[in-house]
Amino acid sequence: MTDATSGSGGASSLFTVDALTRKRNAAETRFRAYGIIAITVSLLFLVILLGTIIRNGMPAFQQSFITLPVHLDAAKLDKNGNRNPDDLKKVTTFGYGPLIDRALEVHVAELGIETPFTKAKELNPLLSASAAAIVRDQVLASPDLIGKTVEFRILASSRVDGYLKGRVTRDSVARDKSINAEHLDLADALRKEGVLTKGFNWDFITGADASESRPEQAGIGVSMLGSFFMMLVVLIFSLPIGVAASIYLEEFAAKNRFNDLIEVNISNLAAVPSIVFGILGLAVFIQFAHLPQSAPLVGGLVLTLMTLPTIIISTRASLKSVPPSIRDAALGVGASKMQSVFHHVLPLAMPGILTGTIIGLAQALGETAPLLLIGMVGYIASNYPNGIAEGFLNPNSAMPAQIYEWAKRADPAYYERAWGGIIILLLFLMTMNIIAIILRRKFERRW
Amino acid sequence: MKDMLIEERTAMEDVKISAKDVNVWYGDTHAIKDVSVEIKDKTVTAFIGPSGCGKSTFLRCINRMNDTIDICRVEGLITLDGQDIYDPKVDPVQLRAKVGMVFQKPNPFPKSIYDNVAYGPRIHGLARNKAELDEIVENSLRRAALWNEAKDRLQSPGTGLSGGQQQRLCIARAIATEPEVLLMDEPCSALDPIATAQVEELIDELRTSYSVIIVTHSMQQAARVSQRTAFFHLGSLVEYGETDRIFTNPVDPRTEAYITGRIG
Repeated sequence: MTDATSGSGGASSLFTVDALTRKRNAAETRFRAYGIIAITVSLLFLVILLGTIIRNGMPAFQQSFITLPVHLDAAKLDKNGNRNPDDLKKVTTFGYGPLIDRALEVHVAELGIETPFTKAKELNPLLSASAAAIVRDQVLASPDLIGKTVEFRILASSRVDGYLKGRVTRDSVARDKSINAEHLDLADALRKEGVLTKGFNWDFITGADASESRPEQAGIGVSMLGSFFMMLVVLIFSLPIGVAASIYLEEFAAKNRFNDLIEVNISNLAAVPSIVFGILGLAVFIQFAHLPQSAPLVGGLVLTLMTLPTIIISTRASLKSVPPSIRDAALGVGASKMQSVFHHVLPLAMPGILTGTIIGLAQALGETAPLLLIGMVGYIASNYPNGIAEGFLNPNSAMPAQIYEWAKRADPAYYERAWGGIIILLLFLMTMNIIAIILRRKFERRW
Repeated sequence: MKDMLIEERTAMEDVKISAKDVNVWYGDTHAIKDVSVEIKDKTVTAFIGPSGCGKSTFLRCINRMNDTIDICRVEGLITLDGQDIYDPKVDPVQLRAKVGMVFQKPNPFPKSIYDNVAYGPRIHGLARNKAELDEIVENSLRRAALWNEAKDRLQSPGTGLSGGQQQRLCIARAIATEPEVLLMDEPCSALDPIATAQVEELIDELRTSYSVIIVTHSMQQAARVSQRTAFFHLGSLVEYGETDRIFTNPVDPRTEAYITGRIG
């Protein structure tokens, strides 16, 4: 395939294409077609992926609420009548439950909706199991409410929520023990009266995980904090260690067999399955160093180990791409090796280093497997960490682990939340990338 | 550019750099073979020779830039003002502040023109305050004949200058640290004839304060700017003497063959 087009003889015209050229052109056209097909296929899959995620995940951002005036009976909630917070705390959610059921029954009667239900307790499947806790928390926060009738916005149960979103149908309810068709009739009526409404679900973004029976209450907020603290740990440890290691290996280390071995092993480490790092973390950080289990600190350290090879490889590549003439220039005016690296080479390599770091962080952000082994997957945190130290040390989960956890729970309402969690994870990732692009722009210099 | 007066004067000046039996190996390749040469102060010395003859390698031995190449080994004695520069007590960083270097390709730092020139004085602590630094920068740019073009854009990037201006900026950067010797490795090979003429004029001026060594592929350039010329061939120093004599009356047949264009 050399340029032998004119070899056929003297009589060839520029206007007739000879066989060899035709063949070459055909090959080129074919190759272009393959490229276009490849890109089209990948775009198609991307569209399908995003479409599915958005279609399945968006309902998680909507939640059904029942707005209900609840009479907070002083006789039941504050028997001593002194509004003493310690006494008030003695009344558990079991004390509040009947009040709320009763309030719903009264409200339904006031609105003139006919129901076959005779007991207040039978209305309970409409309400989230978290309703009592919601009311109790508010009462404990402001004891003055006791004795008054206060309007609460209470979560509807996941079945009712699913019915409003089309996830639960009358067919599926027939096989469902926790709710029946009469409840759905009542839900329809309440919706008509504006008591049952759908609203934006902030609690999904800011809230904590909930138990298996309360999917309507579960949120990704706390595990997002877990991920955030882990990413801080990863950034704090992997960036300086990775960059220092790369600078040493690239600029200072002698070229010998030992350093070649290190280089090969770093490349190999980048390809080690992440679960191996998980078991290493379990052995070193938890069993040997006795750091707390399930803590974002430990998770961050494990992910640091996993991210380091990525950062080292990309940092070395970007250090290598700095033209040697810059090093010569610095050495030529009498800069020491270290001055030439820190004053000239490193600033030029900075955009590349940042890119590598962000790729590493993004990888770490999406990692679930190593977290399995250090106990960060499961129903872990139901409360916000109190302060920064707790954020690092209290048991917590991470976003991908939370999504994994939801996806394996039985209730289909959790399936919807898993998709919603993926949307938030992707948004989190996009935010990180945007920050990286802005930083990159800031550091980028022409030469 | 040369006149007898200056030649007579330089002949009387002291030897600035002296090399004795210098051998350089790159791994197994014997790049420099038994080179002995004495380079005078306040003189422009040109190293000429075909590509790969070792002239750049020898130049880089004089400020120990070869130290940065792992496989490079230097033997023999090179002295600057009588002091062995390869003595273990010598810090190459300190040496390079005394022996400045200008490279083949203009390589300004991707910083402002001001910072390019100020970098050397800053790291060597040559200026006590901003005013002194400003003065050093201005002087260096003036001596590199760049001040008039650059004075209004000191804060704009050095990489935004034209090729010739960039090379003069590199020269300004090299002389800002007040070196005693200036090494130039084919400083004009990337420049057009006008920029070359400017740089050559500059080299001639620099001779008043420095010992300048210039590696060049252009024999016309060597003839124009240098007072003494060394001809290298296959790693050996073939002939060294006054430029006029080398070009008009070479002793060695190889020198003659090279300057008449038969080898190279």
